[in-house]
Amino acid sequence: MDHNPANWGRPRADVYGPYNAAIHNAGPMARTQQPSITGTSVIAIKYNNGVMLAADNLASYGSLARFTDQERLIKVGEETVVGLSGDVSDMQYIQNLLERLIIEDNYEQDGHHLRAPHIYEYLSRVMYNRRSKIDPLWNAILVAGKKDDGSPFLAYVDLLGVTYSAPTIATGFGAYLAIPLLRKLAANDGDEKNITQEQARAAIDECMKVLFYRDARSLDKYSVATVKTDGQVTIEKDVRCKDMSWRFAEGIRGYGNQQL
Amino acid sequence: MFRNSYDNDSITYSPTGRLFQVEYALEAIKQGSASVGLVSKTHAVIVALKRNAEELGSYQKKIIRIDDHLGIALAGLAPDARVLSNFMRQQAMSSRMIYNRPIPISRIASDIGDKAQRNTQIYGRRPYGVGLLVAGFDETGPHLFEFLPSGTVLEYFGAAIGARSQSARTYLERNFEQFADASLEDLILHALRALRDTLAQDKQLLAQNTSIGFVGLDTKFTLYDNDDVREWLEKLGDVGSTRGRPQPEEPEPAATEDAPIADAPPPETDTVEPIETDD
Repeated sequence: MDHNPANWGRPRADVYGPYNAAIHNAGPMARTQQPSITGTSVIAIKYNNGVMLAADNLASYGSLARFTDQERLIKVGEETVVGLSGDVSDMQYIQNLLERLIIEDNYEQDGHHLRAPHIYEYLSRVMYNRRSKIDPLWNAILVAGKKDDGSPFLAYVDLLGVTYSAPTIATGFGAYLAIPLLRKLAANDGDEKNITQEQARAAIDECMKVLFYRDARSLDKYSVATVKTDGQVTIEKDVRCKDMSWRFAEGIRGYGNQQL
Repeated sequence: MFRNSYDNDSITYSPTGRLFQVEYALEAIKQGSASVGLVSKTHAVIVALKRNAEELGSYQKKIIRIDDHLGIALAGLAPDARVLSNFMRQQAMSSRMIYNRPIPISRIASDIGDKAQRNTQIYGRRPYGVGLLVAGFDETGPHLFEFLPSGTVLEYFGAAIGARSQSARTYLERNFEQFADASLEDLILHALRALRDTLAQDKQLLAQNTSIGFVGLDTKFTLYDNDDVREWLEKLGDVGSTRGRPQPEEPEPAATEDAPIADAPPPETDTVEPIETDD
């Protein structure tokens, strides 16, 4: 007879082995993941007649540049582009969600269509809900289109459910390297009125070049999406970084402080 | 309509393909007092005649605001309308929360239509006993939908439901060409005139028994009751029922030897009123 109350209700240790205290000490059920295959920065800037986004075509498997044909800018509905960075399988799931959303939206054929602000609100709800279940979709997403008043729309939502909107936004490394360059053109709300499409494109190309130089998980092949306030959406593929200078590499010996 | 062996539940067809329970539900709407709705290029207007059970009692609410851009007028079982209006409010809120947009009127109308249809095809349920006029404004302009317990939802330029609503419908049919370009004020007056035609003999439109609701591009759904209605009844002028009044003399046609002169008004067809029930 076991007089120790701590053992009452438990299987006998001499028969079944010692009690596994991890059962007793476990925390809440959590499915926080690590992302496996990932996409790096997405960058975007508003200009006078719309929004321009860019994202490279790399899907990395850690430090391995695994897939170089991954398209990370998607057209949703007629007038909206969504750019995604982060886990690629979650990216594909979100793509599927958005596709189904648009299909259902078209059932009624009643002249009503979901536009960028609506798609953005929907995605924000999905992302926040997943984070609240401690089971996030491991992505940072940009949604671009036009607002109800006809002006350009650009907003961000991520795996934490954080949302914000600005004339220039970038995810990942782009937030550190590209945003300062983009903000030289559009620092404040309203500055986008003075930016032409050519200027926006030049800034985007410059940023993608800088990101290829400095982001170790990037690629020099990327796509550029232009979403105009008149409703036109174009996604230009297979754009390459041009006029790069890698001459500094000639003088490099070893890694960091290593002496060779 | 006579009782028969095919009307015990909603899921039994008659040999002639009718669902009697659904048809009986439509009768419940005819027992309620009238609601009228109409639409112009810029606004949607609904008006309704309220009833009270007793002289000292309050008048049953007939127009319910669903969202900033949409409201309903009811005729029939008011508790069923309350349940449906709560559902509509949830749907409208859901659209704003998930998509950040006011729900399109055709969509919310389809939602309640589908909800009502379920009750005509599941054993043990009864169809809703209320008809609704759903008036709202969305991206495609102003809309008026008529909802019926069968689940049918149709869009109208002008519609009327409830007791003696045929008289209102007649007014609407005669005047609908003026609605499209009418100002909000004229539209409301048209609606009130149509509503007036549904009054029983010797009854009047009063501030206590008339409700007005309207919505437009820059006008959120607004509901007028009691004091707010007074100025509109003054603009209307004649607020009394036309039933039972002597009709104006027909102008005499050129008299011939053979043609009799028609000067007797046609007999009233609507003089025997059904027993007035609560909505």
